[in-house]
Amino acid sequence: MRRNVLPGLSLSLGVTLFYVGLIVVLPLAALIFKAASLGPSDYWAIISSPRAVASYRVTVLSALGATAFNLVFGLALAWVLTRYKFPGWRIVDAIVDLPFALPTAVAGISLTALFATNGWFGSILSDLGIRVAYTPLGIMVAMCFTSLPFIVRTVQPVLEDLDPALEEAAQSLGGSDWTIFRKVILPLLAPALLAGLSLSFARSLGEFGAIIFIAGNQPMSTEITALLVFIRLEEYDYQAAAAIASVLLITAFLMLAITNILQSRALRYTMKG
Amino acid sequence: MKIRLDHVVKTFDTFRAVRDVSLEIESGELVALLGPSGSGKTTILRMVAGLEFADGGHIYFGDQDATDIPVRDRGVGFVFQHYALFPHMTVQENIAFGMKVSKVKREKSAIAARVDDLLRLVQLEGLGDRFPAQISGGQRQRVALARALAVDPKVLLLDEPFGALDAAVRRDLRRWLREIHDELGITTLFVTHDQEEALDLADRVVILNQGQVVQQGTPEQVCREPGSAFVTRFLGDTNRISAEVRGGVAYADGAAIAADGVANGAAEVYARPGDLAWSETGPGIAASVTRVLDRPGGRRVIAITTTGEHLEFDVEPELAVRAGQQGFVTLRRAQVFAAG
Amino acid sequence: MSAVQSSRRKPPRVGDNPIFRRLMIGIVLILGALLVLAPLIVIGFEAFSEGWRVYASTLADPDTRHAIFLTVVTALIAVPINTIFGVAAAWAITKFDFPGRRLLLVVIEIPFSISPIVAGVAYLFVYGLQGFFGPLFEAYDIKVLFALPGIVLASMFVTAPFVARELIPLMQAQGRDLEEAATSLGASGWRTFFSVTLPNIKWALLYGVVLCNARVMGEFGAVSVVSGNIRGQTNTLPLHIELLYHDYQAAGAFASASILAVIAVITIIAKVALERQGAGRVRRPALSTPAIPAAEPKP
Repeated sequence: MRRNVLPGLSLSLGVTLFYVGLIVVLPLAALIFKAASLGPSDYWAIISSPRAVASYRVTVLSALGATAFNLVFGLALAWVLTRYKFPGWRIVDAIVDLPFALPTAVAGISLTALFATNGWFGSILSDLGIRVAYTPLGIMVAMCFTSLPFIVRTVQPVLEDLDPALEEAAQSLGGSDWTIFRKVILPLLAPALLAGLSLSFARSLGEFGAIIFIAGNQPMSTEITALLVFIRLEEYDYQAAAAIASVLLITAFLMLAITNILQSRALRYTMKG
Repeated sequence: MKIRLDHVVKTFDTFRAVRDVSLEIESGELVALLGPSGSGKTTILRMVAGLEFADGGHIYFGDQDATDIPVRDRGVGFVFQHYALFPHMTVQENIAFGMKVSKVKREKSAIAARVDDLLRLVQLEGLGDRFPAQISGGQRQRVALARALAVDPKVLLLDEPFGALDAAVRRDLRRWLREIHDELGITTLFVTHDQEEALDLADRVVILNQGQVVQQGTPEQVCREPGSAFVTRFLGDTNRISAEVRGGVAYADGAAIAADGVANGAAEVYARPGDLAWSETGPGIAASVTRVLDRPGGRRVIAITTTGEHLEFDVEPELAVRAGQQGFVTLRRAQVFAAG
Repeated sequence: MSAVQSSRRKPPRVGDNPIFRRLMIGIVLILGALLVLAPLIVIGFEAFSEGWRVYASTLADPDTRHAIFLTVVTALIAVPINTIFGVAAAWAITKFDFPGRRLLLVVIEIPFSISPIVAGVAYLFVYGLQGFFGPLFEAYDIKVLFALPGIVLASMFVTAPFVARELIPLMQAQGRDLEEAATSLGASGWRTFFSVTLPNIKWALLYGVVLCNARVMGEFGAVSVVSGNIRGQTNTLPLHIELLYHDYQAAGAFASASILAVIAVITIIAKVALERQGAGRVRRPALSTPAIPAAEPKP
């Protein structure tokens, strides 16, 4: 072992490993162990049951929809916040973090109040024949809310650090604004945008608190996977809960891996050397 | 305090930063560790300080084996390349830090008096209440030095002390550091990649390459008798001419240079731009002028030999010479090394 | 002369067309108000929809007060422990080179990407009756699940990365020079930490603590699995909101929610204030692991 000049390695690393081991690794290992203790056929039967598959479907589709919306809205928000200074932009910039700061249960009930048929938005929308609360659309709205900051906050710093000389060069070569945006700015933002997308999507897949109030929670149509896990627990069906939770866990690891790969690509342009 | 390095080795992962270096620094000496980046000079300095531990070999302070003494107890003053001034402390607090944390308890008034002395020494009276961000680069450098001196170190170590400063400030500080050293007489070791800095400032220069000492000596010794082609090239502008050695003489088309002790066979002749002369008639190396560069201090000529080697040399500004002119280059002084 | 002119009138950058500019600002503001601001405002409206009395009586209700108490206690335990962990992790990772440093970073960040429900279920399989330690704890009559320890543990899981991830990029950027300088001047490890390291990371540390606290107080999914939702006993404020809401006491639910909403707003204000002090400025996309260059050989 190499000797260190600065003191405290054994103490700080010891505390870190103990904490990570006890708080993070042990529970996840227990969950995987529990899920693995089911035989392959039982495991498969649980995770491929029609109700489970329906929950994957509604979760994934809603998450895709919410992420697509946030791609456009989040990019526009990041653009406006970095490029245009208007009265109150600091307040807007601060409010972007509200979905991170507001507890999900609070967001859940207030979104439901807004979008219920007697709510501020719900009443207008129901006149147009659109129902949001207690439909997959409601799930999407909740996911949009909770995952909005991810795309804004990944794109914003890259947009801020974008070298103006690149745009000026493109302008001097005669490019129109739209062409420069598409051919110069967007490609430079792409890695950050992709990373933000995967973060936003991953968050949507796992979201629970904000959704269950607005979703309606009807099996086969508006029941998300996280809720199904919860229901299996309440039914004392621990094996099924473990199996379905393990699907969420594996998906999370997969998304983490994808995000890390995208992120390291995103850093490619900004890292020196 | 005399410092002695005895067969010191240091490896980072797979990179052999320092390979078997032995060195002696006499008490009170001012020594420069000079080398290109990656030559191991900073690693050696940090090992002397105790900021890295050697993988092999020993470091002695006087007669004491200091290899395993941690930096905290080694009694060295270290000036970091980017100064590492504590940004949240004023200049005074930075300088006083070492005295405050010392196991030797000092009176507050004693510390304050010492800080004042040091501020005077580094010519920063009146700036004690400023924060590091509020003073110039040169001033920060001097604060860093004062902070290192405050603990009465046995040895003063400086890592690229002038690296982050512009040329004019650098020259001033260089002269000033020499004066401080002469005044305090403290054994000082500094690292630089700037040969001019090393030669101007140090009593002795240790030249390093790829983790090994390639030559050491006074500025005069290393300049006049460079031991290798590397040292010759590293110390300053030079011309390289291919040659062949036969019986102690190097022949380079049209010129013959004494090459005592160089083995027969292919060789390289090195000559500084000031050691070449130009004439329109032979003998000498036939060449044609490609460019003439006029500078405040003289006139530099770039020429190409018949074998396609480029030569650069200085001539009197009055000498009429133009591009395209044919003539001969003679060597007033040169070093010959076996090729390879 | 031309310098003065150019500083006054800059040539337009991409997207500076005034019509486009106004259109973009307009769309973004309207959508932002509808999607982000409206949920905040509606809480206030709904909380007072049945008047001051109902609002006041909800907050005065013993169950609500117990929920607030439990939420505060949980934060008072989980946040300091998490802070110590975060500082220790950042110190170990940024001040030393050891094998597995990158892996450790990834593991610390895992809780961010995991559904809180999964976290709750995972804790069930450690401390529940059907879990690793459940039977053991049962034998000694130690209650972890459906009690305060379970709530604290679950909260610590979901917020494990909060402090560490604010400190690591900052301390990485600051390097080791200051600590080495302090050590070379004779300072001990603790002295170096308290008088050199801590003053330079205090804002980032506080920033992490504020965010960690907000999340602990607001955590719903993970806590709802491990708490057992026992009214007046193991209900934290978010769980209490759910209970009231499903009890058709919407005004009461929103009254309780208004407390958390106020905490959220305070959190954001604190966040902005700390960002002005430079915290959170070593920015890096959320959830990523900070890039740590492989130990470079010192030249």
